[in-house]
Amino acid sequence: MEYRRLGFIALIIIVLIGVVVLIGGGQISPAVIIVSMLATTIAVATPLTLGALCGIYCERAGVVNIGIEGMMLAAAFFGWFGAIYMNTILEMSPLPSLIVGVLIAMLTGGLLGLLHAVLSVTYKVDQIIGGTVINILAIGVSGFLNRQLFFESGSVFGGQIPHAPGVLPRLQVPFLVDIPVFGKVFEQQPIAITAIILVVVTHFVLFRTRWGLRTRAVGEHPRAADTVGINVFRMRYANVIIGGLIAGLGGAYFTLESVPSFEPLMTNGRGFIALAAMIFGNWSPFGAWAAALVFGAAQALQINLQFFRELIPPQWAFLQQSYVVGLVPYILTMLILTGIIGRTTPPAADGIAYEK
Amino acid sequence: MENPEQQEGVKPERKKTPVLRSAVNALLVPALAVLTAIVVGGVVIAAAGGNPFAAYAGLIQGSFGSANAISETTVWATPYIFAGLAVALAFKGGLFNIGAEGQLALGATTAAFVGYALPEWLGVTLPAVIHLPLTVLAGVLAGGLWGAIPGWLKARTGAHEVINTIMMNYIALNIVSFLLNGPMKDPNPINVSARTPAIAEGARFPVLFANYRVHWGFILALLVAVLIWWLLWKTTLGFEIRTAGANPDAARYSGMNVARLTVLSMTFSGMLAGLAGVIEVTALNYRHELGFSTGYGFDAIAIALLGKNHPLGVVLAAILFGAMRNGATRMQFLTQIPVDVISIIQALILLFVAADAIVRYIYRIRAPQERVVLTRGWGG
Repeated sequence: MEYRRLGFIALIIIVLIGVVVLIGGGQISPAVIIVSMLATTIAVATPLTLGALCGIYCERAGVVNIGIEGMMLAAAFFGWFGAIYMNTILEMSPLPSLIVGVLIAMLTGGLLGLLHAVLSVTYKVDQIIGGTVINILAIGVSGFLNRQLFFESGSVFGGQIPHAPGVLPRLQVPFLVDIPVFGKVFEQQPIAITAIILVVVTHFVLFRTRWGLRTRAVGEHPRAADTVGINVFRMRYANVIIGGLIAGLGGAYFTLESVPSFEPLMTNGRGFIALAAMIFGNWSPFGAWAAALVFGAAQALQINLQFFRELIPPQWAFLQQSYVVGLVPYILTMLILTGIIGRTTPPAADGIAYEK
Repeated sequence: MENPEQQEGVKPERKKTPVLRSAVNALLVPALAVLTAIVVGGVVIAAAGGNPFAAYAGLIQGSFGSANAISETTVWATPYIFAGLAVALAFKGGLFNIGAEGQLALGATTAAFVGYALPEWLGVTLPAVIHLPLTVLAGVLAGGLWGAIPGWLKARTGAHEVINTIMMNYIALNIVSFLLNGPMKDPNPINVSARTPAIAEGARFPVLFANYRVHWGFILALLVAVLIWWLLWKTTLGFEIRTAGANPDAARYSGMNVARLTVLSMTFSGMLAGLAGVIEVTALNYRHELGFSTGYGFDAIAIALLGKNHPLGVVLAAILFGAMRNGATRMQFLTQIPVDVISIIQALILLFVAADAIVRYIYRIRAPQERVVLTRGWGG
């Protein structure tokens, strides 16, 4: 990752945090605000990081995946449903229910990954259409089952909305939490921590293992890879399914880690922003993570400004409107895609079905 | 430049059989895709504890069972025709417009604004001959602008329109929510919802029938479908748009300005989606109200694909989708099956239309020789 791009990312994050410090600094010590902003940034960047990692696995293998949004939405629903089912019907205690929920969410993502692979690798459907099918299917299935299973009489829970088993507990990263003042940044929930570990793992897998070399070969020049005996179809299937599992974990964040509830369409475009993070990060795990943190910071700004609504000076009154601040991530995404901050290059065979 | 269609007309007797066969072929796969989706949807209904036969009976009764049901189906189908044409036109130009939702919302909001605020500003009641065209034009231009921005970004910087149109959706919905909850909110003290005041009489389409809600918009939609067919297949510009969509390199080498065509296709597409919103305001609701995730954008994609990006196909597909949305309410009333099941059936239709290889495999239909290019990856 070039320094220019990294510097730009750091600059945006500093500006976004700076805005909150400027507004709230008079009442609460700036250090506390910065720590709170950083902690929120890392937490809310989680689904974006995981979504971007999903995109990296798929696209490094040559399959465009715009169905990440749908994968996360479906996973959020089924993970949530699984956790509640375990907790309420099978009377499992909350923490194991949540863990089962996370596994079900990942499985959902993996199955949708399999569907995407079947469509785009075997049936050679236009990959962007295939992703759109997954998005629409996820909206339909989660909306339908949400109503059918939870709100209709004669449903699994007898028409009564059951108690959710809560959210995954906060963990303290050993040693790092002991840092004075800034230690709080390292108090995160398990999926957020896993996401960061997965960034490192993905980097290692892609650039230091035989698997990664083969994945990249299949995404750059499948014909050449095929000639030297790499099974293009199998590599693409495996990577899209791995991507789906990761997107599923990202979906679990919404209902099992962030808030203990499901709402239709709750992923709110995060899957698409994750794609922009992947592109801005030049299809590399650390780059995508850095870009995800920018969007996380934009969202953290929105969340933290809510606390300081009364302190916003009148000449900045427009910041009181959550609609206005809510635009920041979307406009950032578009700016980044224009390439004014430097162009990136996708894998050469990205989006092209391989014909043997 | 010679028109390819005119050449075809030279020897009708030799073309007759292939044309008939290709027409059957063109309709066969979408029809079977719909059939398969309905069967699979029935399985889903049964799995969720419902009776699929009762559900579909309710669906048909609700969509075509009476004069009023048919009228309501056309009311539902009208915005679908416009939005479906919008997506289809962009597809023809090699662009994927997922932003119909935002373009529609912005078109509707702008039309509503001109509809209620213009007479207040000018202090006079405008006659319909002036006010209605102005209202329609403003909304159409707003939608067109919202489509032109991602088109321009694509042409200028190569930024992919799929992500940009989705981002523009969220931006539009934020702006519209802000306006409808704030500056443009209906000041009537009994109003609690996010909606504009009613538009002036002069900005409204006349009522078509006294007792039914079917409105002029449906007829206008059919006319616009013909217009789009004419534009795409009977004009030089349409030929250029289709060429740029099918093979941008060929278009470039033959001297066409592909960047201009990209912006134009997206602008036209946005205008059509904007018109969908305008008609809802001027011919049906007479105001714009914030709907809870109406989902026109995604439905429009399914309609365009099901209609094979042909205006006639889009009209048929839009009526089918309108019938399903309309009948679903009756179905839910009769069988307690949530209306959301329609979304699943629509997704399945899209799945089977997009992956026509699956349908061909199930029904043992031979594949056509040529594959249609719809979209391209990030590099395009």
